[in-house]
Amino acid sequence: MITDRKELALIANTIRQDLLRALNTAGSGHSGGPLGMADIFTVLYFQAMKHDPQNTDWDERDRLVLSNGHICPVLYATMAHAGYFSVDELMTLRQLGSRIQGHPHRSALPGLETTSGPLGSGLSQGSGMAWAAKLDGKKHTVFVLTSDGEHQEGNHWEAVMFAAKYKLDNLIQIMDRNFIQIEGNTEEVMPLDPIKEKYEAFNWHVIEVNGHHYEEIISAITEAKAVKGKPVLINALTTPGKGVSFMEGDYKWHGKPPSAEELEKALAELQQVRTQIEQDQYDY
Amino acid sequence: MQINSSLHLAEALWDPTVLKSGATRQGFGKALVEAAKRDERIVGLCADLTESTQMHLFAEAFPERFAQVGVAEQNLVTVASGMAAAGKIPFCSSYAAFSPGRNWEQIRTTICYNDRNVKMVGSHAGLSVGPDGATHQALEDIAITRVLPNMYVIVPADVEQAYAATLAIAQDTHPTYLRLAREKSPIFTTSETPFEIGKAQVLVEGTDVTLIGAGPMLYEGLRAAYLLGGKISVEVINLHTIKPFDVETVVASARKTGAVVTLEEHQINGGIGGAVAEVLAEHAPTKIHRIGMRDCFGESGKAAELWKHFGLTAESIAQEMSVLQFADDNDSKHST
Repeated sequence: MITDRKELALIANTIRQDLLRALNTAGSGHSGGPLGMADIFTVLYFQAMKHDPQNTDWDERDRLVLSNGHICPVLYATMAHAGYFSVDELMTLRQLGSRIQGHPHRSALPGLETTSGPLGSGLSQGSGMAWAAKLDGKKHTVFVLTSDGEHQEGNHWEAVMFAAKYKLDNLIQIMDRNFIQIEGNTEEVMPLDPIKEKYEAFNWHVIEVNGHHYEEIISAITEAKAVKGKPVLINALTTPGKGVSFMEGDYKWHGKPPSAEELEKALAELQQVRTQIEQDQYDY
Repeated sequence: MQINSSLHLAEALWDPTVLKSGATRQGFGKALVEAAKRDERIVGLCADLTESTQMHLFAEAFPERFAQVGVAEQNLVTVASGMAAAGKIPFCSSYAAFSPGRNWEQIRTTICYNDRNVKMVGSHAGLSVGPDGATHQALEDIAITRVLPNMYVIVPADVEQAYAATLAIAQDTHPTYLRLAREKSPIFTTSETPFEIGKAQVLVEGTDVTLIGAGPMLYEGLRAAYLLGGKISVEVINLHTIKPFDVETVVASARKTGAVVTLEEHQINGGIGGAVAEVLAEHAPTKIHRIGMRDCFGESGKAAELWKHFGLTAESIAQEMSVLQFADDNDSKHST
């Protein structure tokens, strides 16, 4: 378990660089969301979750369900660095015959808990897992990662009700609140705020965090695990495209990969950040 | 009439006034309790239709293993997918019009592509749900489920077969759609009748034409064969498993008789008629006549009235088959 923020920041930085390389090689895919979620994925796989890359069927492992499957480059890059497969294989993203499918496919790659892509179904699947774990008296936690945009799906809210009804306190939803979706700002496409009040009205416990602040993420997960009788939403405010100046906050980067030139610029920026982290000059 | 004795069908096979009756959903409800006694991994989910789909028997026997998801069919199957991921064998029930009618993409992605062992039970399928009208009459469910990779599709012919089919699918590991009916229908199989997933049953042997059907309407087909007895020799096949399709049995029969009629309480496009046409076109091109819903919706009415209205009773089927002049087509019979 890694708790040192400098160490976590370095891992997240590597993940960002590698996911951009994989996206550039693939020639298609999503950049904004993955960059925005790199810090949270780093905390999950290197600090918070109980898991074993060498034993993906381990019954006591925590489950991670990625509902918004399109941000899988960050999941893949994190898994590669956590030891599930090689970084070389990561670079086969979206290629014919690869286990690293354009959207996560469980049967293709050990370590994935679900197949996902079509939005709004992940919380239901995580809820089913959590319900079954309670029935069997198992102690692991089910983490479901969702996007703000997919909250427009009715299926998601069906699961919000279900999880509260069955008091699934072994279920933690982390929402990537980055305010972007394919066609623009989420609040213009279909307003979601006020999130906290909405979820509390549905009998969820809500914690709000800065999705790039390691201590905040870690303490939110600790708090979430201690909550009894309710599922927990960690509303993580993130910056899409985080770490690459020309991608940050721009919805146009939701669904495209960097060109060779853009990749070079992006990696140069991320390398600069890396140097700051290494020299203890990074402003967390 | 050459009744297949190995199937141990009911004695008064031709007399619906003597045969007992029951609804296929009832066979499912009873069998689920039995299956759950045998296998503690079985759990049940329902979308506010527990008693209608007869899952209340399971819910009463195993309350802790039952989840009521409310009127939320998308959640029904996706929560079930998650339970299957946790090692459970979920049976989730609703009306066929809503599941798989409303939640098809969730079934496709989170169950079939994700390869999760979930049993989807669609009750009140077909016209026979009656007065509720066309919104509730699922007539496309076989088509949309059988097209999905990994999926099995089972349509039991009567309450006994629904019981046997439920026990069988509980032991199988494929995602499965089980299609059930609300209305009672004659029970022409018995507890001695074997049931094997994917193995069609030749109920009656014949030489002029093969009649292929499934579900409670199959009894109308059997009766039609009986009514035609003197004039046309009809071979009747119970295609209780639409997928995996029993190519061998259907092709062998088509080659023998040289003519095929399909019968279903479903659109003829994409349903049993569609499936049979695909298989025969590829393996043994045969003249086919499809009886069922002809690209139209149903309407309100009693089940029996609707079957009559849409030409799906034994008398209508026999009449329709009698003018097809299969006898003239004997030349086209295949030699093998």
